[in-house]
Amino acid sequence: MSLRAPLARILGHGAARDGVGHWLTERVTAIALAPLIVWLLVQLLSLPAPDFRTVTVWIGAGCNPLLLILTVLLACWHSWLGVQVVIEDYVGGFLSRSSALLVSALVHALVASAGVYAVLRVALRGAA
Amino acid sequence: MAERPMSPHLTVYRWAYTMTLSILHRMTGVALAFALLGLVAWLVSASMGEAAFEALVPLLMSAPGKIIAALAVTALIYHFCNGLRHLAWDLGFGYERADARRSAVLVVAVTLIAAAICIYLIFRPDTGAV
Repeated sequence: MSLRAPLARILGHGAARDGVGHWLTERVTAIALAPLIVWLLVQLLSLPAPDFRTVTVWIGAGCNPLLLILTVLLACWHSWLGVQVVIEDYVGGFLSRSSALLVSALVHALVASAGVYAVLRVALRGAA
Repeated sequence: MAERPMSPHLTVYRWAYTMTLSILHRMTGVALAFALLGLVAWLVSASMGEAAFEALVPLLMSAPGKIIAALAVTALIYHFCNGLRHLAWDLGFGYERADARRSAVLVVAVTLIAAAICIYLIFRPDTGAV
């Protein structure tokens, strides 16, 4: 018979308290992304030309910078959560799993900030 | 890792095409993470000035570039449609086997039609986009 309390045996082995938050955030970001993705796809496919001028004018026009930043941020958030679940399901071993999760988190943070910075830079160039 | 009970492994179940849709949702999701990287790289190149951006354009407009764009758009449309199916499940709808199979067929049909339209637009000779 072990003298360890049942609580001590399960602590640190995952699935505590924040699972619902993760699940819910994945859904909330999905719902928020749905209209944005339709908007982005329609916009990209109807760009009249792929050249620098057309694209930068489009990025800066009207509400486009706002919608682009929202799309990039929500897509990165949603992607980070989804990739995390995939890593947790298929990557075994503490070290490789932790490294994969860390790399994914950092890359998603980098992509999110790069996207926001790029949109602002293009949009504000005209305003300055 | 501590010893924990395992749920029955996937391979014990008889294959049903709804399982293919399930794994495709994951695969397209991971693929879209890379597509997002591509989209942001495109935005960053636009922010770096005309020379950097125009250097990328021939690459994007080449046949391989358009094929990758077509695959990404198809993955996006599939993940979008099947995502709506998942949201319906989350609200408690469509769990019956017949319903799940019908919604699977619907997702595949809508994806094929929408992707076909988008792929036509991508490969349309006189257009530039994507």
